[in-house]
Amino acid sequence: MQEVILIKNGELALKGLNRSTFEDMLIKNIKQKTGRLGEFYFEKSQSTIMITPKTAEANLREACEDIAKIFGIAAFSLAASCKKDFEDIKATAEVFLADELFAAQTFKVEAKRSDKRFPMTSPELCRELGGVLLEKYPHLRVDVHDPEVTVTVEIRDNRAFVHGNQRRGAGGMPTGTGGRAMLLVSGGIDSPVAGWMMAKRGIKLIAVHFASPPYTSPKAEMKVHELLKKVAQYSGRIELFTVPFTQIQEHMRGRCPEEFFTIVMRRLMMRIANEIAEREHCGALITGESMGQVASQTLHALACTDAVAQFPVFRPCIGMDKEEIITIARKIDTFDISIQPYEDCCTIFTPRHPRTRPTIEAAAKAEARVFDQAMLDEAINGAELKIIY
Amino acid sequence: MEIYLDNSATTQTCAAAADEAAKMMTMSYGNPSSQHKLGIEALGHLNKARERIATVLSCSDDEIFFTPSGTIANNTAIFGAAALNKRKGNTIVTTTIEHPSVLQPIGQLEAQGAQVIRLQVDRSGNISEEELFRAVNKNTILVSIMAVNNEIGSINPVHLVQTAVKRSGSPALIHCDAVQAFGKIKLKPAQMGIDLMSVSSHKIHGPKGAGALYVRKGLNLPPYIYGGGQEKGLVSGTEALPAIAGFGAAAAALPDVGMEQVKLSYLREHFLTQIASMPGVTVNSPINALPYIINISVLGVPSEVLINYLSSFEIYISAGSACKRGRKSEVIRMMGLSSQRADSAVRISLSRFTTRDELDRLAEKINEAIVKFRR
Repeated sequence: MQEVILIKNGELALKGLNRSTFEDMLIKNIKQKTGRLGEFYFEKSQSTIMITPKTAEANLREACEDIAKIFGIAAFSLAASCKKDFEDIKATAEVFLADELFAAQTFKVEAKRSDKRFPMTSPELCRELGGVLLEKYPHLRVDVHDPEVTVTVEIRDNRAFVHGNQRRGAGGMPTGTGGRAMLLVSGGIDSPVAGWMMAKRGIKLIAVHFASPPYTSPKAEMKVHELLKKVAQYSGRIELFTVPFTQIQEHMRGRCPEEFFTIVMRRLMMRIANEIAEREHCGALITGESMGQVASQTLHALACTDAVAQFPVFRPCIGMDKEEIITIARKIDTFDISIQPYEDCCTIFTPRHPRTRPTIEAAAKAEARVFDQAMLDEAINGAELKIIY
Repeated sequence: MEIYLDNSATTQTCAAAADEAAKMMTMSYGNPSSQHKLGIEALGHLNKARERIATVLSCSDDEIFFTPSGTIANNTAIFGAAALNKRKGNTIVTTTIEHPSVLQPIGQLEAQGAQVIRLQVDRSGNISEEELFRAVNKNTILVSIMAVNNEIGSINPVHLVQTAVKRSGSPALIHCDAVQAFGKIKLKPAQMGIDLMSVSSHKIHGPKGAGALYVRKGLNLPPYIYGGGQEKGLVSGTEALPAIAGFGAAAAALPDVGMEQVKLSYLREHFLTQIASMPGVTVNSPINALPYIINISVLGVPSEVLINYLSSFEIYISAGSACKRGRKSEVIRMMGLSSQRADSAVRISLSRFTTRDELDRLAEKINEAIVKFRR
């Protein structure tokens, strides 16, 4: 009996001739993530990726926890491989599923016979194996509609595989297959969720954060690091650029009309992000904005910020309620970090009565009063890189 | 050179305490409960530390119980006293400005059915003596009042509690959280009629990880932590000897309280004179506060901004209490001061090592911050 992990890559199976590009990227991502656990063999066949340990210490059970967080996987299971022979399948199932069946009350057997030369039909195989397992574990009942454990036997080209319940994968597309994009991350609830959602669709994330010491504390930056660390568990390593923003904000104070302060600030942030994104070969910007959540996230305000963006701006949270965003934040474990109460650069100098329906012309006019390319360049050049993983 | 003015959050461990702690880690590392020579030696050090704390509190050493922190001392005192007196009444008297490690346990007791009277503070941060006398009655089982408030340094009339209890014929036990007061004002719990008093090591230049609870002799306080029966069963868990011995050494190194108070009062006056000339700076600490804690509001400069700015010059102060990271000061709010004052409140807490030059530099930088950040 040899233990393996079987990975079902879901959506990728629908791809055409470039399917193997996607699969190779997925394998690369899995390798990168599980590397610390030892060496593994990877084998792809019939829209499944099979992982076998190369060395004795390579731990498949720990690898499962990593794999649950890799995008591009619909489902996976820890399985035992055996000879394509009913006696061997029987013996393997009895031993390999012992713990799982011992703890359950109901089960059923499913068979997938992709090799039609196998002498038993699928219903035969289910019936026979079900009988054997019932005899061995007499406390079990068969429940074909809602079993606690579904025992699956897969008869493939070279070998047979036996496994219990499948685990759901993280879904989506392998990170990196969708190109690179730059996430504007503040430290709130929304931006890490937005990053996660885009990473899920195969985007490789680069992040930019604006820091305004002494208005913002070093703890606010540590908070961003912690947040991205959580996102990186799914997306792979993230390069974070922390841009010093104090000088720009201080320059704006007193010069920019108060009701336009936030809009203008966001336009300047966009301009800085544009340049870093271009330098880093990103194809888009990502923000955590949600329609109507605050004054700078109304339709008019978003149009004003978009007007200076040189890339498509993705806002995956745009149509989500706060509750829905929080549900995801809890799932990816960023919520508790996000709610730590530190000021970020967006909340200082907030106008008392911001414009909710600014026109692009008015915003541009207000911006012209403070715009200073040299100052933006200084901020861009002063950005510090930190790699988060 | 850094200027550390956050001594109410914690203090730098003094050399005597650090040496003592190191000795316990590398040489006398035995378990005080062990039978062998090394264990007995460790027990000796534990008892020496106990004597040293007892000396400062003018009590007998068997009235001192070591705990892992001031918080655990407070919890042990409150839950123990409530359990001991549970058949004698149902009311607990405390104040609104206690430390969370007193407020929260009492909140728990309240959730379990106890009546709680919380004395309010006035605008200068003091609790009223008349109110205290009115609050205590025959049904009171516990009065818990801190000696010195951790955010504004106000000194509470804890010496009057015993009179209030006696006069009303109440069976109440008296607990005093003296974590901020210990080593800074003269505390004689026995003389003050206090049954339970909490103190902590790291506020008096001892290591973190040790506190102590004074329990009046004859009081059979039930534990709320169970285990190996250390500290006569009251605080189970192997004694953290390095921290405890360091605590003892720090207590032994405490200078004369009266002399220090005079010195610190001068320092405070010196600092207050300097900031008096700055526009829009108000003092939140009452006039009669402990001179070690100076709470001020620099109007128009949010606390966080001032702290971050000073931090960039290695000057360290805090907003309210360090225990509630990032949150606004509760105590300032309780005093009924404007939200503008609460948002810009900072706490400057001195130690016996603070110098006049350090405070001058602080004042200079506060002045700079006003020019730079006020709006």
